[in-house]
Amino acid sequence: MNSDLTRATAAELADALATKTVSSVEVTQAHLDRIAAVDEQVHAYLHVDAEGALAAARSIDERRAAGESLPALAGVPIAVKDVMTTRGIPTTCGSRTLEGWVPPYDATVVTRLRAQGMPILGKTNMDEFAMGSSTEHSAYGPTRNPWDLERIPGGSGGGSSAVVASFQAPLAIGTDTGGSIRQPAAVTGTVGTKPTYGGVSRYGLVALASSLDQAGPCARSVLDTALLHSVIGGHDPMDSTSIEAPVPAVVEAARNGDVSGMKIGIVRELGGEGYQPGVRARFDEAVQLLVDRGAEVIEVSCPNFDYALAAYYLILPSEASSNLAKFDAMRYGLRILPDGVDDPSAEQVMAASRDAGFGDEVKRRIILGTYALSSGYYDAYYGSAQKVRTLIAQDFERAFAKVDVLVSPTAPTTAFRFGDKLDDPMAMYLNDIATIPANLAGVPGMSLPSGLADEDGLPAGIQILAPAMRDERLYTVGAALERALADRWGGLLIDRAPQLDASMVKGA
Amino acid sequence: MSSLTRDDVAHLAVLARIDLSEAELDRMVGELDVILGAVAKVQQAPIDGVAPMSHPLPLTNVTRPDVVRPSLTPDEALSGAPEVEEQRFSVPRILTED
Repeated sequence: MNSDLTRATAAELADALATKTVSSVEVTQAHLDRIAAVDEQVHAYLHVDAEGALAAARSIDERRAAGESLPALAGVPIAVKDVMTTRGIPTTCGSRTLEGWVPPYDATVVTRLRAQGMPILGKTNMDEFAMGSSTEHSAYGPTRNPWDLERIPGGSGGGSSAVVASFQAPLAIGTDTGGSIRQPAAVTGTVGTKPTYGGVSRYGLVALASSLDQAGPCARSVLDTALLHSVIGGHDPMDSTSIEAPVPAVVEAARNGDVSGMKIGIVRELGGEGYQPGVRARFDEAVQLLVDRGAEVIEVSCPNFDYALAAYYLILPSEASSNLAKFDAMRYGLRILPDGVDDPSAEQVMAASRDAGFGDEVKRRIILGTYALSSGYYDAYYGSAQKVRTLIAQDFERAFAKVDVLVSPTAPTTAFRFGDKLDDPMAMYLNDIATIPANLAGVPGMSLPSGLADEDGLPAGIQILAPAMRDERLYTVGAALERALADRWGGLLIDRAPQLDASMVKGA
Repeated sequence: MSSLTRDDVAHLAVLARIDLSEAELDRMVGELDVILGAVAKVQQAPIDGVAPMSHPLPLTNVTRPDVVRPSLTPDEALSGAPEVEEQRFSVPRILTED
């Protein structure tokens, strides 16, 4: 293992902790030191809980010293997206509305991390209420991409992708409503999985669009992603949409990684025009590596994917406008009294508070959703979008009757510069074009690095999609590809990310 | 395709309980019109006779035994409230006077 503990994988750290080669306090402190050294540049954390993390680490070290048998990831620290409630740790969802809110309960995912004995380093930045693809919609300022500090780290989970890419945490929790785990992974050279809908509990995940939201793991390797997936997944009676079945055998699949005889489908509609040449080139090479390892590749068509973006940007705002109605300035969150009104009514206070507490993108989507759900327009917009959703699910069914997994580039481009798409909402939405179909149908998807694009030297990602409840196939294919690429590169792509230490910044 | 007017957006903002400023209204009319034009593409899909899908999983009702289990204390439940009075959420008036 690397002598710098922040460069180690979660799997390596777990082994070293189990054999008492290192303590959890040492590992946790190393990451806190790294955060102190580089997060001023990256701005990936909204809150760092040094005291809480070290206390959890000390407790695990004591239990291990006492000879207790501990879970696999006990003592390995983690960062959590700020959309998951954490008891005693502020949770803002990147919004002014929730500035300073300290939830009185833990999300089930957080409960599981604590039960596993994983110190929580802090909460990661995100687009407000997970609406965005760049973190530029965070009320607390954007996170910077560790590969190029002038560029976006993806979104909405840009904080989670950036903390793992900048070695400020070995693991992070993300959430993915239309690509918010996968697109950030792609543009930061990291790995992320959106599990099957219902595979990970949504209890305590502040809802954006309840029928699309899914929490999942973010890491630097396929095996680490699988280890975290297996810890947070599984049935939860607190979530009525939680699947009552064991977590698919993702860790075994990631260790095995044998794709010989597997059928892999390239989705004709997710590629070609609109995709950056360097992204396409790395994708084509990655597919060839899978062929070299014994997979059979065919092209499949999912014709209704062409309507997925339009359907998504009706279904999501509709559900969001309903979910965000709870921010009413009455029980928690920001309360603002309207200017120049004596004895304002609850309704006036509500409207003033929501205007002050929500950012532009959140307001746009709430208004759009309100419109799509209005009587007179419901059938034309929301109703039609729901029918398109059926067509997309049917496209997946037909495709998975022919192949074991589908692949595509994760995002059409590498990381763009801050401000490039901020004034053009539709251009921003197009980032999600390849990731959205999986959320609409509820199937699992993973992004892992495919290499650096020639034209800008920035990371590109490949997306793998599998049928519902067959999440393990993502890890089989992901592990095979990761090994083939690591053989070629002499290590993981992330090893080539800028160091971000003081000397590098001066030299840049 | 009907396009959104400034009055439409102002009305939607009232329904959504967001007190948009004049400048916000001006900006949002144009933005929403562009987005609506793009998402209207769903109407061109082959959706005749297709059943709508509201959820990726077949939903079933979930119940639990009707027994008391641990829950928030009153202090915890009120801990994020903007204003508290007599162990209750204190809210602005909800009715018009007289």
